[in-house]
Amino acid sequence: MTTNRINDVFQNKKNVLSVYYTAGFPELNNTLAIAQYLEAAGADIIEIGMPFSDPVADGPTIQESNKKALENGMSIKLLFEQLKEVRQSVSIPIILMGYINPVLQFGIHEFCENCEEVGVDGLILPDLPMAEYMAVYKGKFEKHGIKNVFLITPQTSEQRVKEIDQNTDGFIYMVSSASTTGAKGSFSVEQINYFERIKNMNLKNPTLIGFGISNHDTYLQACTYSSGAIIGSAFINCIDSSGIEKGNINQFVKDIKG
Amino acid sequence: MRYSVDENGYYGQFGGAYIPEMLYPNVEELRDNYLSIIGDSAFKAEFDKLLKDYVGRPTPLYFAKRLSEQYGAKIYLKREDLCHTGAHKVNNTIGQIILAKKLGKQKIIAETGAGQHGVATATVCALMGMECIVYMGEIDMQRQKPNVERMRILGAEVVPAKSGSKTLKDATNEAMRHWISNPVDTHYIIGSVVGPHPYPDMVARFQSVISEEMKWQLNEEEGTEYPHYVIACVGGGSNAAGAFYHYLDEEKVKLVAVEAAGRGVDSGESAATSYLGKPGVLHGSKTLLMQTADGQVVEPYSISAGLDYPGIGPMHAHLFDTGRVKFENATDEEAMVAGVELSKLEGIIPAIESAHALAALRKMSFEKSDIVVINLSGRGDKDLETYIKWGKY
Ligand SMILES: Cc1ncc(COP(=O)(O)O)c(C=O)c1O
Repeated sequence: MTTNRINDVFQNKKNVLSVYYTAGFPELNNTLAIAQYLEAAGADIIEIGMPFSDPVADGPTIQESNKKALENGMSIKLLFEQLKEVRQSVSIPIILMGYINPVLQFGIHEFCENCEEVGVDGLILPDLPMAEYMAVYKGKFEKHGIKNVFLITPQTSEQRVKEIDQNTDGFIYMVSSASTTGAKGSFSVEQINYFERIKNMNLKNPTLIGFGISNHDTYLQACTYSSGAIIGSAFINCIDSSGIEKGNINQFVKDIKG
Repeated sequence: MRYSVDENGYYGQFGGAYIPEMLYPNVEELRDNYLSIIGDSAFKAEFDKLLKDYVGRPTPLYFAKRLSEQYGAKIYLKREDLCHTGAHKVNNTIGQIILAKKLGKQKIIAETGAGQHGVATATVCALMGMECIVYMGEIDMQRQKPNVERMRILGAEVVPAKSGSKTLKDATNEAMRHWISNPVDTHYIIGSVVGPHPYPDMVARFQSVISEEMKWQLNEEEGTEYPHYVIACVGGGSNAAGAFYHYLDEEKVKLVAVEAAGRGVDSGESAATSYLGKPGVLHGSKTLLMQTADGQVVEPYSISAGLDYPGIGPMHAHLFDTGRVKFENATDEEAMVAGVELSKLEGIIPAIESAHALAALRKMSFEKSDIVVINLSGRGDKDLETYIKWGKY
């Protein structure tokens, strides 16, 4: 396996922070600035959402940002153009997150080629099931150096977690609870038990905990049970209410990381 | 050619289970158990008894004499409009609620467009004493007020879907999100042959009672189980799936699906998915889908809320692809004319969905001896306001 930026991050950094934002939100051409400010502020991975009309795995905050981004005219084609520019100044891993249908319509082959060309390191496609991935997509993704990131949830069986661990070599996205995306206050006992259970499985892949991380406390807690955390809705709320100025994004990341 | 689902949940290139990991355990539980549960004799006995005593099955296969004279063929109507709650939808909700009980679920969720499936779900939840939440687009709730109140009288909670375009597709999104957040104690009763495998196959099996009855009823009337044509409207495709089911492998029976053309297939306001759609993934399956070149789902339009969906079930996408089923469509105007025509000729006011199937008669040519069965999926009570607004009767 060739190492890519994702493997490097997990080898070299502790308490990894991955920040999600939706391409085309709040304004169509904010992709570059947000990426630069996040890296400057100390984010370790950037996750960029490809907006979709029907994001079933997302809660209200990310749904709204998807809707606005589409109204602004965002598309995968345009995103790849923006990402060419992003990669000239941003060196941390970039992961694209989105739903399978827009990717299929773009053309899976062209999509993978474009990812490689603009330096996309990984993909999170929540509605692409593992069986389908193994049968149809794995070869194509690997050929272009793309890591497919699988999700696991509190309901995912131990056997399936192991299977997922076998079939990826980037990281595993641990969904913190049975829910759609969205910022929440704190973790429950059951959630902590689930984090511990997965930690004790000693998976070969690092895990990042996401869904419901919103502040320094939940970030730190996530880091005690995994390699780090993913923040989405809380960041979308932040740039929605306070704007995308460098100082604002810097403060957001500092507040989370402490 | 194979028309039934394969072991991976596909009909040809369509189907599958494109679901986020959060739904995997629920869908896997269903997939692993649905065939053994519905094949079990205790299940069958309970299902059949409720269909008989509660739904009122078998529904009549009625020879429509005056309609037959009008079109020069022997036209029969399969009277799903006489089912309890007024449409075929209840066949499926009865099946799924018994299944949900066998799986040990305590709560039921559903999506609804026009409210027919929501009412059919609220009805069986009342029957079984189960908690019921129905998601309905905020706009549909305004358009279909009486059905909203029917569901509430039946004890269901109706939750407005406020995301996206606030119609059926968004109600389905919201129901899926609810299921993601309540994976253990809740069963999601999907209302048509859509969604991830095994839903399309499961719903088709529950609706297949329609063509099962047609066969023996037609045999009694005509001395043959096989009509020349079976015609049904398609929204997601559950009534059509039920009407076609036992004829799929009998190629001599011509099957006709009628989609809603809205204001015309090329008007930009249509729901004729087979004409306008391309292969894509929505609500858990790969199927024909109305979408932009960028893969964003397009909002459909039809005068009939029950046909106002941007996709069709994967089984129908395959039946279209293989040519086994001929796809026709009818505009708002054509459907309304056909609905009023049936009312005047036979004394039956059909649901506007079903009126689309009737509208196909005009576009086809028949021999006098042709036997035609039209699946009259529902009655028009819920549509009175639309008939009145249209006014030409
Ligand atoms: C009377 C009637 N017919 C047809 C439909 C369309 O659904 P399907 O295509 O699943 O039969 C509906 C949906 O609400 C309906 O109420």
